[in-house]
Amino acid sequence: MTDDTDIKISIRNLYKIFGTDPQAMMEHVRNGIGKPDLLEEYGHVLGLQDINIDIRAGQITVIMGLSGSGKSTLIRHVNRLIDPTAGEVIVNGEDVLAYGEARLAELRQNTMSMVFQKFALFPHHTVLNNAGMSRRVRGESAQIADREGQKWLERVGLAGYEEHYPGQLSGGMQQRVGIARALSSDSEIMLMDEAFSALDPLIRTDMQDLLLELQRELHKTIVFITHDLDEALKLADHLVILKDGAVIQQGEPQDILLHPNDDYIIDFISDINRARVLRVGSIMEKTDRPGDGLSGEVDVAQNLESVIAVSGGDTNLHYRVMQDGQQVGLLHMRDLVRALVPVEAADPARRVA
Amino acid sequence: MAVYDGLFRVTGLESWCSSGGPNEGPLTMAELIARANGTQVEGAPAPSVPLMETPFPSLDTLNKSCSSIPRSRDMTQAVEEGFLAIKDPLKVILDPLTQPLSWMLDWSLDGFQATPWFIMIPLLVVIAWFSTRKIGVTVLVALSFLFMAFIDFYDDAISTLSIIFVCTIISVLLGVPIGIAMSRSDTMQRMTIPVLDMLQTLPTFVYLIPLIFLFSVTESKLYGIAIILYAIVPVIRLTDLGIRLVDKDVIEAADAFGMSNRQKLWGVQVPLALPNIMAGINQTIMMSLAMVVIASLVSAPGLGVKVLAGIRNLELGVGLVAGFSIVLLAVILDRSTKAALGRIDSSVRQ
Repeated sequence: MTDDTDIKISIRNLYKIFGTDPQAMMEHVRNGIGKPDLLEEYGHVLGLQDINIDIRAGQITVIMGLSGSGKSTLIRHVNRLIDPTAGEVIVNGEDVLAYGEARLAELRQNTMSMVFQKFALFPHHTVLNNAGMSRRVRGESAQIADREGQKWLERVGLAGYEEHYPGQLSGGMQQRVGIARALSSDSEIMLMDEAFSALDPLIRTDMQDLLLELQRELHKTIVFITHDLDEALKLADHLVILKDGAVIQQGEPQDILLHPNDDYIIDFISDINRARVLRVGSIMEKTDRPGDGLSGEVDVAQNLESVIAVSGGDTNLHYRVMQDGQQVGLLHMRDLVRALVPVEAADPARRVA
Repeated sequence: MAVYDGLFRVTGLESWCSSGGPNEGPLTMAELIARANGTQVEGAPAPSVPLMETPFPSLDTLNKSCSSIPRSRDMTQAVEEGFLAIKDPLKVILDPLTQPLSWMLDWSLDGFQATPWFIMIPLLVVIAWFSTRKIGVTVLVALSFLFMAFIDFYDDAISTLSIIFVCTIISVLLGVPIGIAMSRSDTMQRMTIPVLDMLQTLPTFVYLIPLIFLFSVTESKLYGIAIILYAIVPVIRLTDLGIRLVDKDVIEAADAFGMSNRQKLWGVQVPLALPNIMAGINQTIMMSLAMVVIASLVSAPGLGVKVLAGIRNLELGVGLVAGFSIVLLAVILDRSTKAALGRIDSSVRQ
């Protein structure tokens, strides 16, 4: 990740406490009381604690955690469907917590759009009306709304369903409408709250591919919430792992996979197919020295599975790693095999929070 | 000498009691009977009362020992006087406010009755067809009105229908906004629910008592108000409930896309609550029909008058046939509104 990309959304020292008097509880939390103790002694739930995340423009930031980890609460702070107990949410350099009602509505109408786990389409409007809804809310003409709605419905593969009602469509198709609705607002930021979790696995893969395809073209700033590690690894440019309302590790997904800094994450990643997820670029030796006895060239973005297939399983081979026709490193098959073994917690010195 | 004499002696209130002077108000019925039977001569010592028959220290009993304490009869009279005292100022406010109701009821009644049957019946059938799109219901409406016209109950049925028509429209016009306000504010809901509960549990005849005093029995608004008060409750309740039941996820989506409160209310909440609101309107219509019969006691025209005549004059046949016509009217109103409701339901939740 390079530092020259703009930071679109910046979340600073964010806390959320649920209960009757959250402000009073902030002091206890700052003094270091834990989530279970706060619940037991004061009857308040610590939803989020000290969250610091920078979300970069044009990237997919995936926030992953199990249920109850606070990920859905967190994403709702970005467009202030939930107000924090303490902290800052800065979008395009402005603190959205300082916004009044009118400015907030403007932000939600123009800058952000959202896709929901349960689709949340308007059941009494046609698919076309749903898709163009964000335009209508802004007060744009029906003509523009329909044109934009139509355009994005076609883009997500729902041409011909304009006059249907959401209830007549399958789950996958409904979520396509949800995505078309979010896209037609032409906002820079898209919030996706477990957008694909309610879909069955095959359709989910389709939708992930659709999202990646759209993203290659549109370069939106996407915040994606999921509980599914495979999905997170597939989509993420930047991965944030949340547990009990706190960020336990964030960074490039490949990096988290190779250097997990917490037992929880180690448990979490122990079951995934590392050969499919890891890419050549993450485990190669970065060098421009021409190696000896090379058996061929591989691309930096290839996953290990495909390299194993090419090598026929021989661990003595070495490959030149290419990116855009240039050598960027050397891949040693021994490193590759080693990378397939789930890692123990990385050396504390190498931990990055 | 009465049972509780001792009480006032012990508490030292004797002088206060005797300052009340002798009872002035009218005699109670019990006193009158006692006097007529000569069982108790005034001034004679009262027979001692056995312990098991000690009376409850009610107003009347205490009054026997202490004339400063009012009798039950004085109490009800005070209520009556209090009511009469506020009646005039109340009338000044309520009369102009409710006058349009009288006009609406009268105009509607004139209009319904002035329309000849050969226009009215086809019109009702056409309305039934366009609101329900069901052949069965439409045929039922046609047959019912033809039957009632054939047995000469058409005029009464059409009067009843006219009253229900006006009262339902007003109930909806008032009830839906109240229901919306309740759904948007918990305080408003907490304050309104006891009133609705009271309106629903109050025996229907009790409504009529204060209304008779407030308005003249010859005014149509008297029965109009009674019907509306009784029938408005379901539409308020179901509007409130319907809006509160709208899927939270959909509301959240509306918020996330920056809808204003007004856009959310009229674009999302009310349309999605419409099936419930329509169910409330159906109930409102049925309850106005129930009340319109009782309201015939206070000069509401229509089928209720025939039922009342049946009871008063022991005209069994008239009463029964009028009762049957009311049932017929109830069935067609219920079927038509339910079928219309079904159409809305299916368009919302396809």
